[in-house]
Amino acid sequence: MDSAYLIETIIKVVVILLIFSALAGIGTYFERKILAFMQRRLGPMNVGPYGLLQVAADGIKLFTKEDIIPTNVVTPIFKIAPVITAATAFMAAAAIPFLPPFEVFGYEVHPIVADVNIGILYVLGMMAVGFYGPLLGGMASANKFSLLSAARTAAVFISYEVVTGLSLLAPIMMVGSLSLIDFNEYQAGGIGDWIVWSQPVAFILFWISAFAETGRTPFHLIANDHEIIDGFGTEYSGMRWGLFFIGEYANMFFISFVIPLIFLGGYGDGSLFGALGLLGKMSFFFFFFLWTRAAWPDVRPDQLMWLCWKILMPIAVINVVITGFVMMF
Amino acid sequence: MFEAVAFYLFAFLTIAMFFITVTTSQALYALTALAAGMIFISAFFFILGADFLGVIQIIVYTGAVMALYAFGMMFFDTTRKVKEKRGNRYIIVGLSTLTAVLIVVIFAAPMVSKNIVALYPVIEDAGNIQLVGVILFTKYLIPFEVAAIMLLVAMVAGIVLAGKKMDISLTLMSSEEIKKEENKKVLS
Repeated sequence: MDSAYLIETIIKVVVILLIFSALAGIGTYFERKILAFMQRRLGPMNVGPYGLLQVAADGIKLFTKEDIIPTNVVTPIFKIAPVITAATAFMAAAAIPFLPPFEVFGYEVHPIVADVNIGILYVLGMMAVGFYGPLLGGMASANKFSLLSAARTAAVFISYEVVTGLSLLAPIMMVGSLSLIDFNEYQAGGIGDWIVWSQPVAFILFWISAFAETGRTPFHLIANDHEIIDGFGTEYSGMRWGLFFIGEYANMFFISFVIPLIFLGGYGDGSLFGALGLLGKMSFFFFFFLWTRAAWPDVRPDQLMWLCWKILMPIAVINVVITGFVMMF
Repeated sequence: MFEAVAFYLFAFLTIAMFFITVTTSQALYALTALAAGMIFISAFFFILGADFLGVIQIIVYTGAVMALYAFGMMFFDTTRKVKEKRGNRYIIVGLSTLTAVLIVVIFAAPMVSKNIVALYPVIEDAGNIQLVGVILFTKYLIPFEVAAIMLLVAMVAGIVLAGKKMDISLTLMSSEEIKKEENKKVLS
């Protein structure tokens, strides 16, 4: 392991951390603006031009607020839970190729931290570990609503992991590899080669479970919005609560990268156009998360379970079986 | 060098986590340490180059321990300490030490006598997943199929146990209807 590789990796890690923590902040701005426009409001307007500095104001507020640890909580677990959410979200980024390889001053840079040959499984596994944040936070809070939220987290997690895995199985069978770079190479020939044309069902299923995986609106009931509290985050304050937020937004960004990489051609042949295309697709999926939040109510917990086990899972299994038969004959 | 550092770091962390799991009387600590320990074990798979097994370790055990949390939530107040019934301490310590030593000896003996031969050599230029697939469908085909049947049996049994009276819904019934059902001793 030479030192050039080591330095390159450290630089990549730092760059990704900085960019995506900043993006998580800017993501909240986008979310407020888009929700506001969809609800015919103005959104943040007072701090800076068009409210752009609202992000900085929120950051200062979160960093300087008192970090309150309530009396009856299980202190170490309570303290570590938000860190788990944020840390695992960023760990998942290690196996995502954000851009095609490019050259800087004659040095070829691969914008992926670790090109492991099980990339997609690693990303999903890490995002799954991220569910421990809400779960532990809710259970350690000594608050009944938080505990309820933790129970819902466990339910969503245990159910939707199945759909995510099964829906991905069919594309994996076609590509014959778990590396996201191999997925990209498979679809490098242009729009006609995209996996979404041969696996539309898997695409929709994976997209639906991406909402569950990130805990976004149709499945936002892990935060109990309708009880006018913040679920697992009820007892949190200041930066610990902010870490939950950063984790959620970073997860949204990363899954918005993963969906196009698997189904929609990724960065294509690796040209500048392809790279911009990937960023464009990522922006669309991120926008879609916000759009859904403006347009849809949350589902009920029983509807959530019903949807997962009675609708999505059978469809996913049938999809895998059909893909297998088509590939065999 | 990196491998040695990583190995000792994760070995220490894993043992520390499982030590906490066994010794603490707080259910939440025990479960969290268990989950952490299980995830740290995956580091050894990564160090040995078995990426696929490492990730499977993470995915399977996060899910499995998550189910344990769910049970913990149902049965305890996880923010309070559990009162444990302590038996004879010497017997417990003696038995667990003996078991640990026995397990180490069982696995170490063939290595010490150099009696291990790789019967199925690694196929060149095949990935992790392909290797696992090949070994599952050749050498371990029967255990693999038996495991599949066992899972099927467990699933059928689970549905039979959980599925009793699933056709009636207490939410949709009026209170008289519920009373009638109770009198029929359908709902115990």
